[in-house]
Order: sequence, then C-alpha cells, then structure tokens
Amino acid sequence: METRFSFGGDEHLLCECSEEMSFEAFFKAINSVELIRESNTEGILEVCGGNAAYLVKFDPDLIHPDQLLEIVKELELKALSSAPVIQTRIIEVPVYYDDPWTKETMHVFRDRHQEPSMTDLEYAAKLNGLATVEDFISTHHSSPWFVSQVGFVCGVPWLYQLVSRENQIEVPKYVRPRTDTPRHTIGHGGCFAAIYAVRGAGGYQMFGITPMPIFEPDNKFTYFNGEMVFSKPGDIFKFKPIEKDEFKEIEQTVKRDDFEPLIKQVEFNLNDFLKDIDGYNRNLIKELYAN
Amino acid sequence: MQIEVLESGLAVSVQDLGRIGFYRYGIPMGGAMDRESLRIANLLVGNEETAACFEAPFLCPKLRFKDHRRIAVTGGEVSVKVDGGEFRSWESITVEAGSIVEFGFIESGARLYISVSGGLNVPVVLNSRSTYTIGALGGFKGRMIQAGDLIPLTEPSIQVKEKNRRLPSDFVLNINDKTDIRVLPGLYWHRLTQESGESFFRDTWTVATEADRMGYRFGGGNKIDFVEREQPFGAGSDPWNIVDSAYPYGSIQIPGGTEPIVLHRDAVSGGGYFQVGAVISSDMDIIGQLQPNKEVNFVKVTMEEALAARKNKNARMDKIRQILL
Repeated sequence: METRFSFGGDEHLLCECSEEMSFEAFFKAINSVELIRESNTEGILEVCGGNAAYLVKFDPDLIHPDQLLEIVKELELKALSSAPVIQTRIIEVPVYYDDPWTKETMHVFRDRHQEPSMTDLEYAAKLNGLATVEDFISTHHSSPWFVSQVGFVCGVPWLYQLVSRENQIEVPKYVRPRTDTPRHTIGHGGCFAAIYAVRGAGGYQMFGITPMPIFEPDNKFTYFNGEMVFSKPGDIFKFKPIEKDEFKEIEQTVKRDDFEPLIKQVEFNLNDFLKDIDGYNRNLIKELYAN
Repeated sequence: MQIEVLESGLAVSVQDLGRIGFYRYGIPMGGAMDRESLRIANLLVGNEETAACFEAPFLCPKLRFKDHRRIAVTGGEVSVKVDGGEFRSWESITVEAGSIVEFGFIESGARLYISVSGGLNVPVVLNSRSTYTIGALGGFKGRMIQAGDLIPLTEPSIQVKEKNRRLPSDFVLNINDKTDIRVLPGLYWHRLTQESGESFFRDTWTVATEADRMGYRFGGGNKIDFVEREQPFGAGSDPWNIVDSAYPYGSIQIPGGTEPIVLHRDAVSGGGYFQVGAVISSDMDIIGQLQPNKEVNFVKVTMEEALAARKNKNARMDKIRQILL
C-alpha cells in the first residue's frame, strides 16, 4: 500500500494512502496527520484527515512544494513505524430509526432515488441481502463504528463500521442529490455512514435521526467540552436504537443542557481487532456499559 | 458607532480574509471570494488590509451612516450615490453623519467590496469576522445582512491621514468576455481518458447559474469519459466516485462527467467525487468575479508556472500598496 502524492494547485498536497477504504489506510492517514501536525513545519497551514487519505495545505511563499513533499514523505515513513494503536473514546449515540421526519423528506425526493417504490431502508436491506428492514437496522447498530473523517460542513463525521469488509453495509448515493436533508439525519453512501450536522443538501440514503447535536457554534452544550464540533477522527460510535418517546425526551434534556452522552475512554489496537473482530467488539461494548 | 442597513441588497455578507485552521472540522476558510479587491478596498480608506468589509454579489445594500466616514467600493465597476453626489468604484469617498449611500447595478465583475474607514466591527469568531452562513457563524449574526440591521463599526485610527485615494486605472482588472483560468492538472486526473483530458482544456465552458461562495459550476463542454476500472472498495459504483476524501480549495470535480464545479472559499471540506486538478491560487480571485454565462477556458499550467503567477500577483499587490499607502 504505497501512498500516492499529488499537488492540488500550488497550495495543497493530496496524499492518498490507498485507493480503497481499509482500516490499515485509515491508520496510516491518522498517524501521518498527527506527525505532520506535531512537526510544526513552517509553511504548513493545516492538515486535514481523509478516510484513506490526507490533505496538507501549505503556503508556497514560505515553503517550496518540492521541499514540502520531501518532508511529508519522511514524516509518513516515520508514522508507518508507529503501532496502529490509538487512545480514543467510545460514545453511545441514540438513533430513532425509520423516523417520520427523514421519511417525509424521502417522499419529497422520490424521483431522485434508484427505487422510488421503496423506502431508503427497504432499498438498503435488499441490496445488502437482509430479509427485513428490522434485520437491517439491527445490523446497523449492533457493531460499533469508527469516525474515519470529519468535515464536509460543520463537523459531519464519516463513519466506517468495525466489521470485516464482506460485512460492510454498502449503498449507492441518490441518483441526483436532494436539496434538503433534516438536521441530524443518519445517512449512508458507499461504505460510509454519516450524521448530517446541519440541515441541507445531501445524497446519502436516510435511515434515521439522532436527537444528539454534533455541531454547536454558540458553545451551549457542556458535553462539547468547549469545542464547536463534537466528533474527532478515531472516535468510536455505538448507535443505540430509540423510539419516538425517548427521542422527544432526549431532545428536551439537550435543550436544558442536561444531556450527557455515555462516553468511555478506550484503547483501540488494530492488530488485535483484526485477529478477532467479534470478540474485540464485544469487549468494546462491555467497556462502554461497564460502571 | 453603527451603519444602518436600509435595503439588504442581494446575499450581502460581512467578509474579511477568512479563517485558517478549521477546515479539518468542515469549517472552511471563508473570507472574500476576491481577496485582492477586499485588500484594495481597505487600503483606499486607510484600514488594515485585513479589515472586514461587505461583500455584495451584483446588488449592493442601501446604507445610512451615523457619523463621518470614508468608504470605497472595489471588485467591479459601479456608480455610488452619496446625498445626490455621484462617485465611482476604486476611489475613496467621504460620507457625513446622516448620509445615505446607494449603489447602481454592477457594471462589470460579480462581487463588490464595500469598505468603511475603521472596518465593520462584528465579533471575531474562530479568528475571523467572515460570515459562514451554512454554519450560522461569524459575520453579523451568522447570516446575510437584512434591512433594519445596525452593523457596528470600529473607530478609525487617528494616525491615518484622511486623503483621497484612487486606484490608477491601469491596475483595475478588466475581465474580458472570455477568461482564462489556469489549472494544475492532478489529484485524480488519471481517471480521465486521454481524449477527455484534451477536451477539458480545449472546450469553452460557461459559468452556470449555480455559482456561489461554496462553488462555481460550469457547463457547455464535452462530457468527460473515464478510464474503465473496477471501482475500489468503498468508493461507490459510479466511475466519478472515489473513496470520500478531503477536497482542496480550487479543486475541480465533475460529478456525472458533465458539469465541472470549482470549490471556492466556503468549500465543503470533503466528499466522494473525483477531481481533475485545482485552479492555481492566483486565479481564485478572478473566479469570484465571473458572472453567469461568462465563457472561460481552463488553461493547463505546470507547478513552476503556478508559482511564477503567484509571484507576479504578490508583486502587483506590493505595487498597489506603495501607491495607496
């Protein structure tokens, strides 16, 4: 897995760790991003992580692109020698699957969908070989997910499920993107889930909605710890299915700033995970719910 | 002190030179689409180049001043009416307490920058006063300005001597009927067939109506064909899909192979569309001044040419500083 480097104009360097998505590519990217940030190289303005790539924004008045490329290559080599282990947190994220609001939006944009006669959930269940929508929902929340990239607009997390490749949920995006998506929609496109941080355009299939804000420009919520954006690359999200009553209840607690998501600090070791995925996930979930 | 907004204009926002360091959270740099014009607008009234101004696409607001100020408009040609007197863009204009300032319709370019001596004093959010409407942050209450708004102003520095300043006409950029936009091919360029790689640079493209602070869309060129491949795992099934990744500012994506989109100052920070390369930094300002239906050619350049163009643009700005300071 050799990284492909390509300049994006005279101010960006794209580093594609792998053409395809994998845990290995994600770890290579996240570790490289960390080392490049820590290097405080003059002329590097910002480093953005991608799912299987990363992007370096630089000022060519301060560093020549050739010199930048050399430095990034060296740092990436160093990053490869560090073990694929991260100290992170596991977070329970409540999700109201098959909710009325995403359904309503879905119906407005049926003409932009591959199968207008089916709901997004029915379509996703069929494509992924699951007999019922209930089976699909259960597959969606029973294994945890990795935040593999943050961005798009206002801190949207891209999520990659902690399961083997053959068990990854895959769905295409809408044929033509919608002009509207409810805030906090749980979407899916390609192999990635995402949570829409704000209301807006989108092309991901819509499965449900969370009452838990993940973007707060006015710093209103204690559980954001002073950050504007809740999600961090490397976070592990565990979805918890909830129904309408609980959704409404959590919405109220959020409003009062009494909402405290369940969060535990954990270590994630990629090599151990790959050796026994199911066992590793069971332990992660045990740690989440331990007292 | 404040300015009162009497009429809102069209999608007018407060912008400065933007914020760096939050793109990794999906909060873009923002700031003036045409950064050079914002700098010039500030220099004309004796402000720091980084001060916040109004950015007005096509239609300017109508404003009432409550105290004596100097103002300037840059970015394009437009007439400025102050209490019956008529002035032009690219020069400093005195307004008195109680003056009402109105603007004509834009005569060239697509975005006007209105500076006020002292600068617009909206709160600094994440190191910038720029408005990011999608995130409802920065600027005046995180949104476009509206009639009735009272926009706070900073007191002008008393060290700055008030004098009439005008940008010499040979420095005013004239955007021709057909504009060249220089592009460094790269990123996912290898996805194009050779023929499509050639047609992309050969064809004339026109600015579509969907052109805003997030991105400029173009149409009219030949459809792009892709090198056949088995799609990588996680990319999605369409040939223009990639595994979702981080997008450079200025990068050109072509969803569906038909309409190139150049991401601009309010770019989305990532997504799953391949890109053919990126517009070089020195030509980003020009894009902000393209009206719909304007014809452009994308012109292929090397990194050396991109760096030389950047140097030229920096040198031009240095000359402008010498003239206006």
